[in-house]
Amino acid sequence: MAQVAKPRPLSPHLQIYRLTLTMAMSIVHRITGAGLYFGMGVVAWWLLAAGGGPNAYAIFESYIGSWFGCLVLFGFTWALLHHSLGGVRHLIWDMGRGFEPAERESLTLATLIGSIVLTLLLWGIGYLVIGGPR
Amino acid sequence: MSTAPKYRTAARRVRGLGAARTGTGHFIGQRVTSVALLFLTIAFIVIVAGLIGRNHAAVVQIIGSPLVAILLTLFVVATIYHMWIGMQEIIIDYVHEDGSKFAALLGNSFFCVLVGAACIFGLMRISFGL
Repeated sequence: MAQVAKPRPLSPHLQIYRLTLTMAMSIVHRITGAGLYFGMGVVAWWLLAAGGGPNAYAIFESYIGSWFGCLVLFGFTWALLHHSLGGVRHLIWDMGRGFEPAERESLTLATLIGSIVLTLLLWGIGYLVIGGPR
Repeated sequence: MSTAPKYRTAARRVRGLGAARTGTGHFIGQRVTSVALLFLTIAFIVIVAGLIGRNHAAVVQIIGSPLVAILLTLFVVATIYHMWIGMQEIIIDYVHEDGSKFAALLGNSFFCVLVGAACIFGLMRISFGL
């Protein structure tokens, strides 16, 4: 009997499934990771500028102190906290725990809410430290 | 003379390509660095928060102190390795054409080494005043 060439079976991808919270946060974990990847370039610039002297540091501060720089810094803070908390969730899952429906939902929601609260808290403290708008 | 049956498919023998056999090491490395980074990220945030509103001289003095410099160096080293594996995983997931995949993987390695070297050089310059 002649064999008809069939395409190999593929597992369905994202568009097949209903969007769930765990799926959305999994995607966000990857996006924040990629964002932090490029954000490390800013960390490198910061350390090079600090090592380069007062003039280089003043240039860095003028860029990072602008509204766009602050936006990048705010995004970096949230991405760092969300990716860190998401990492904890993944470590718990790696140990085979937290997979019950209620557990995985609350764990995932906790990382989302926790990251937002911690980001606002950190920026609130920072705002108080520098004594309001400059 | 071996009488063991040949389980390998023709395609496997012809191409001679299998898994690179480094995946488990990367999986473990990603988790080891993630545990380390949990502590080092907290240190990083505390250090940066402590530098808010300080002038250049104070920033250099604080970063250059042994404990802070060591913690930041460890943060950078663990982060670079973690993000190198992470981006490699993203590239392998989405880029399937050989040429662009190898180019992306090479670019990932170069970017990580460059950023890591810049961070370490900056830290050394702050610490030792090169």
